[in-house]
Amino acid sequence: MTYEAPLRSNPSEGKINLNVERGASPRRDVRRDSPRPMRVNSEATEVQVHVTGAKMVAEDLHAGFGTAEILKGISLPVLDKQVTAIIGPSGCGKSTFIRCLNRMHEVVPKAWAKGRVLFDQQNILGKGVDPVLVRRRVGMVFQKPNPFPTMSIRDNVLAGIRLNGMKTKQADAEVEQRLRQVALWDEVKDNLTRSGMSLSGGQQQRLCIARSLAMEPDVILMDEPCSALDPIATARVEELIHELRSQYTIVIVTHNMQQAARVADTTAFFYMGTLVEYGDTDSIFTRPKERKTEDYITGRFG
Amino acid sequence: MIASPYRYQLRNYTDRIVRGACVVALILAIIPLGLVLYYVTAHGIGGIDLNFFTKLPTPVGENGGGMANAISGTLELVALASLFGIPPGILAGIYLSEYGDKTFGRLVRFSADVMSGIPSITIGLFVYALIVMRVKHFSAIAGAVALAIIMLPTVTRTTEELLRLVPDALREAALGLGVPRYKTTLRIVLRTALPGIATGIMLAIARVAGETAPLLFTAFSNRFWSSSVNEPTASLPVQIYTYAVSPYEDWHRQAWAAAFVLVAIVLILNLSARVLVRNKVR
Repeated sequence: MTYEAPLRSNPSEGKINLNVERGASPRRDVRRDSPRPMRVNSEATEVQVHVTGAKMVAEDLHAGFGTAEILKGISLPVLDKQVTAIIGPSGCGKSTFIRCLNRMHEVVPKAWAKGRVLFDQQNILGKGVDPVLVRRRVGMVFQKPNPFPTMSIRDNVLAGIRLNGMKTKQADAEVEQRLRQVALWDEVKDNLTRSGMSLSGGQQQRLCIARSLAMEPDVILMDEPCSALDPIATARVEELIHELRSQYTIVIVTHNMQQAARVADTTAFFYMGTLVEYGDTDSIFTRPKERKTEDYITGRFG
Repeated sequence: MIASPYRYQLRNYTDRIVRGACVVALILAIIPLGLVLYYVTAHGIGGIDLNFFTKLPTPVGENGGGMANAISGTLELVALASLFGIPPGILAGIYLSEYGDKTFGRLVRFSADVMSGIPSITIGLFVYALIVMRVKHFSAIAGAVALAIIMLPTVTRTTEELLRLVPDALREAALGLGVPRYKTTLRIVLRTALPGIATGIMLAIARVAGETAPLLFTAFSNRFWSSSVNEPTASLPVQIYTYAVSPYEDWHRQAWAAAFVLVAIVLILNLSARVLVRNKVR
């Protein structure tokens, strides 16, 4: 029942296929020429859906901690070079879901996950997959800005590269490029050696985004990236998301429905660990198909 | 309703009284520290001369001489003890903080707490039985082992506590960048907690630098230079003890001077460690 909504909405002509037309930088173009069939379903009905340009796909994903099951079978595609928003009331499993997308879920003691999460068609929950390598391809931005306090602004940007023992041809150029990408360069270019902690909250969050961009990930997961920021800083980060989506696939968890409406191409509504509705953002917010979705976005619960 | 001058004033008075009591308690706590430093400096500084740092002790009853061997002996003992005690302590602390939530971790933590309560003379006896009785002679090694055992629980627990203070957000930030866990622990978590850990370790060093009891039957003492770590070794605390209970005026003078030097050594170690690990970015 949960996963039927997206299937019903548009197996062939909906947003899912339309979005293939969206611009993407040639360097990152990994799309196939022909639509490939993919199962976005689990127990009950086996429906084949043609989803083109899905960068990641969760298939019947169950996850939780110890005996508690937080995600009760989520099937959801994450479209390439698009912004996917995940909304839903607290405790519905939004964060758990995106933390499963880069194997960060398992960092917490007693955490478990079952099902499949495909990344470029490879199951990252499968045996023999190195979570460290997954996380280099699927970066993450957290709720509270978390720059490394012992490092300067410059070193924060280079942190991933250095800690992973990779080489940068030109560190200075790299730092400038990443800070420009997040529109922070002009604000900090004279203070690159100062601590990342000396910045304001919004600047810190952009620094954290720059830090994850430096790893050149394909996907960026954002777990309520603006909930600790004021409206002005929030607007900057949202602008940034707009800029980034030509090059990156973005999944953003948010409590703020206006934010989802502003930044996302597609939106998924979670409730109690299940996916209630999934579709392009416009229809979710203007013509929700499920009663629960409508209740939630109109503020009747949650 | 809003005007209730009596209650407001009462609260103000209570505030002043309690605050005053805190200040008095603070002064009472600082007085011994101040007096110790004052006495050690006042009595000790007069006994300091070049001979004190360069000469060996004179034969019993003879004036002059110095404590060159005891000063170098103490430095040697502390260095060896740090070598034996700090690395395992830090590693155990990392284990307890990052992996130690299971039964084994609790067991280790409990043992460390029990260990830190064991009287140091008991540890001296233990090392005496363990090493000295086997090799049949006192040695700097035995003394350093005893001091290391005393340091171990302090270093372990300090490291653990300070690593726990590092927010999980930083661990996640590093893991989220695809940094392996061991590197996250060493380069981010340990690095962030380093200034605090260094301070804790310095306290542990300061404590063992002044230990006398465990050295009495491990490193023992030596009136001459010891040529290797396998020989009995002089140390400032033991020398202070010997000289202070002696009947000779000049030895009393030297005991005070030794106490002053001991305090100075601890202070210098402490300050230099702080400067070394201080966070460079502001």
